[in-house]
Amino acid sequence: MPLRRRSLRIGCVLSPEQVNHVAQLARLELTESETEVMAGELSKVLGYIEQISELDLTGVEPTSHVIDLVNALRADVPHKSLPVAVALASAPEPVQGGFGVPSPGGTAE
Amino acid sequence: MSADIISLSATELAAAIAAGELSAQEVFETYRSRSAADDCNAYTWLADTAPADIDQHTGPLAGVPLAVKDLFCTDGVPSQAGSKILADYRPPYTATVVTKLLDAGATLLGKTNQDEFAMGSSTETCAFGPVLNPWDRTRVPGGSSGGSAAAVAGGLAPWALGTDTGGSIRQPAAFCGLVGLKPTYGTCSRYGMIAFASSLDQAGTLTRDVKDAALLYAHMVGRDENDSTSLQHPEQMRVPSREDLRGIRIGVPESLLQTDSGFDAGVREAFERTLKLAEQLGATLEPCELPHAPHALAAYYIIAPAEASANLARFDGVRYGLRVAGDEDLTTMYSRTRAQGFGAEVKRRIMLGTYALSSGYYDAYYGTAQRVRTKVADDFRQAFDRFDFVATPTTPGVAFELGAKTADPLSMYLNDVWTVPMSLAGIPAISLPVGLSEGLPVGLQLAGPAFSENRLLDAAYALEQTIGFDGSSAREEVAA
Amino acid sequence: MSATARYEPVIGLEIHVQLKTRTKMFCGCELSFGDKPNVHTCPRCLGLPGTLPVANAQAIHFGMMIGLALGCEIAPRSRFHRKNYFYPDLPKGYQISQHDVPLCSGGRLGDVRIVRVHVEEDAAKLVHLGASGRISDADRSFVDFNRGGTPLAEIVTEPDLHSTDEMREWLTLLRTTMRTLGVSDVNMAEGSLRVDANVSVRPVGTTELGVKTELKNMNSFRFLQQAIDAEVERQIGLIEAGEPIEQQTMHFAPTTGELTPMRTKEEAHDYRYFPEPDLVPVLATDEMIAAARDALPELPAARAERFARELHLPEDRAREIAFRAELADFYERALQADGGVDPLVAANWIQSLVERLPDEGDPADSKVTPQAFARLVTLASVSSISRDAGRKVLDILVEQGGDPETIVEREGLAAISGEDSGLAEIVAAGIAADPAAAAEIKSGNNKAMGPLVGYVMRETKGRANGSEVSRLIREQLGL
Repeated sequence: MPLRRRSLRIGCVLSPEQVNHVAQLARLELTESETEVMAGELSKVLGYIEQISELDLTGVEPTSHVIDLVNALRADVPHKSLPVAVALASAPEPVQGGFGVPSPGGTAE
Repeated sequence: MSADIISLSATELAAAIAAGELSAQEVFETYRSRSAADDCNAYTWLADTAPADIDQHTGPLAGVPLAVKDLFCTDGVPSQAGSKILADYRPPYTATVVTKLLDAGATLLGKTNQDEFAMGSSTETCAFGPVLNPWDRTRVPGGSSGGSAAAVAGGLAPWALGTDTGGSIRQPAAFCGLVGLKPTYGTCSRYGMIAFASSLDQAGTLTRDVKDAALLYAHMVGRDENDSTSLQHPEQMRVPSREDLRGIRIGVPESLLQTDSGFDAGVREAFERTLKLAEQLGATLEPCELPHAPHALAAYYIIAPAEASANLARFDGVRYGLRVAGDEDLTTMYSRTRAQGFGAEVKRRIMLGTYALSSGYYDAYYGTAQRVRTKVADDFRQAFDRFDFVATPTTPGVAFELGAKTADPLSMYLNDVWTVPMSLAGIPAISLPVGLSEGLPVGLQLAGPAFSENRLLDAAYALEQTIGFDGSSAREEVAA
Repeated sequence: MSATARYEPVIGLEIHVQLKTRTKMFCGCELSFGDKPNVHTCPRCLGLPGTLPVANAQAIHFGMMIGLALGCEIAPRSRFHRKNYFYPDLPKGYQISQHDVPLCSGGRLGDVRIVRVHVEEDAAKLVHLGASGRISDADRSFVDFNRGGTPLAEIVTEPDLHSTDEMREWLTLLRTTMRTLGVSDVNMAEGSLRVDANVSVRPVGTTELGVKTELKNMNSFRFLQQAIDAEVERQIGLIEAGEPIEQQTMHFAPTTGELTPMRTKEEAHDYRYFPEPDLVPVLATDEMIAAARDALPELPAARAERFARELHLPEDRAREIAFRAELADFYERALQADGGVDPLVAANWIQSLVERLPDEGDPADSKVTPQAFARLVTLASVSSISRDAGRKVLDILVEQGGDPETIVEREGLAAISGEDSGLAEIVAAGIAADPAAAAEIKSGNNKAMGPLVGYVMRETKGRANGSEVSRLIREQLGL
């Protein structure tokens, strides 16, 4: 994937605008004061995390799994599905056998 | 009678029940009524009564009550992960490790309180109120498995299941004077564990002693076809019996112990005393280098929140859990549900994780952190060429006061500085109570290479028998 | 030269194919066909807390088959990624897909290069509760998770197509390939085949790529073609007017032919991909690749070659038939039903059959059987019926079925030829009626045969054998 690398500036501080953008991505509604507090807290943590940018990691492969397993595959055999009533048991808005939601305005993307 | 029951370990209870010396019904009821009177807020749900057929239960763990951390799904029983967003959620299935233990005869006593979604080191972030440390109720029991730790330490359960992502079993074990085992990643199934950080989460044990840890773990372990990341432990678990440490080589990572997080003098003293004891038992001790371990915490606080931000995206009010309705806009429903359902720490970590993965930042944060992880794991592999185990204090300090670290998230995170490296590397580690500092328990951490649980438990057993740590005082305080 | 002719379209396709496994990609729920909502769900495909995915071996197998059929390299070690975004049809808040290391890469089908083939899970279905069932009308919807988790193979091409006709032909080939492999129903109307197009234009003769737009959610080849044609026109218009083309997703309304940009928020493209920690990599073992290779049937291109080689069909006719599995299957069954049928004649009659079927129709869905078709071809080729009569018989076969002999008898369509048929008298009458034409023919102008043959055909209601008529005309004119 194409990388737009942003270097970690020492002591980078998150602006409220950046916090708002991330909050939107994460679907978290924050009040204005929460946004400000969050900006300060995250900036502090990011400031601590910065240290890893000083390490020499050339030629080091990233670890996505600590165990060396491959091909954990399952046979194409059906199992018993849940009864609909059970599937909907915790639904906040069961409707016509489905999970009711407000209609999305437009599409996902 | 009940005092006798409380004084027995889980292993002893199992034997007594199997021999007909104790009734399972009575054991369950003893623990159940003590738990009902609990003032440490260890439980979020407690069984009303013993199951009607408890005296007919069979299996090696028959009749021994088990407390289970809330984030393990238990069919029909609240499984809330300490969060308002899952308040009173009852799943339609049970986590694999819980099923295995129930199949072995154990009985579900209750679900224990925890930091919300396992994010925390003090069990103060739970939506259902903080948990108190039975050793001193003005202090935290540690977290995130604080409820499980408080239950066992306070004599409310003979043993308990917890989970450990960056120290969430080991640290509460240290704060509560218990044995806490975080096994090799993959040896216990994660199916049914409400996920925090997928590549780090592991089920583990909180027990009074090492033998109980071995017994409980033996019945949890095994490959699960429902968990693609699980594998079969290459060894059979055995009962620890070692009496000394002759031939054992222990490495002490000096540079890791120079930490910013305030190394308490009492903890240091207990740690060094224990190392001397180990030498007396025949172990050789030498300094070892884990050059990247000091950076493990920073990498962890990118990797774990990143995975968590995706794992918690399913909490959107559509299919289960809290929904904040009343607004016809879908996006607002999502954002408000999550804002009201998640606590502050969870939101912080979701934000941190989302940021670390977002466009333009992936390589600098997540990509780099996963490379640090490789180096941390390599450092351990190299250390284990020369050593059988690595030893550290489990935590820099003893149980702190409620509210002492909630104002500064970073100060809370620094609690995990010595437990996180093992989590990143996926290797097993155990916390063993080795003494007191100012009346509060101190833990020693021993870590070994992958799949070394038998040897780790054996070494811990040898130390434990010599130290003779007595946790009974914390158990007596609960109203009978 | 018109503006349109100065530019060439540059089209790349992103195709999603629903795989015909028994169960879903990451759980054991059965795949659903028009069932009541949420009858094929489980804790995993509902995204309940604590659940974990387990990959379907058959889906991986099908993915490898597709890769091999498209001439791709199978990745020695591929892995899954999470594609993160929020939508009600996405229960986990992320889709498990493949990102940096797909299952297969670098192939070719026909003239189009394949970039990659990967496997992923499908989203669920959102049903809108407004009057029309369209999202614009509704303010409440519900989610049906039956479809959620269905295995998909995503095929991405290089932008190697330069006309929509080319694109349709190529898609037909792709679809036939998938059907021949048996990995998917590839039915666009049912949703087992979805095609998105990336469209840009450039001046003819240049190689640089222009800004591309995306077209999604077309449910037929025809609409896709119309949409792309319209978009190409729109882009040319903008370029000629000196205006920039914005990279965006366009929505095409087939009824009005209108193209409108879909509202895409910039953040919607930030999928925050990272490797899926709950799944381990797929190591393509020798056994897995061999199994995929062994499972490959004869593919369309090979089939076309075989038709040309063994049946002596001209190449273009061979491809026309072989590139549509349903036609090729019918054709071969017909040849088997009657060993004496001439393949080339049969191939020509297939053309007539296609004309009598709906767009992209399957002969197996009509009433004509391969056996009946073979009989018809034989009757026509031995001149028991004329070509015209043959076409009439074919009409009836397609619509009502039956066997050709019975139909010929019932409709009185038997060819008029031979000595007792009275044909010679009709020919003579034709010559007498048009002496000018007769003269033309005698003087060597064969074009004048037309009117005379036509006369005879009319008189015999199309039942005369054409070559017999020509022979008689010549005979009677003394040629």
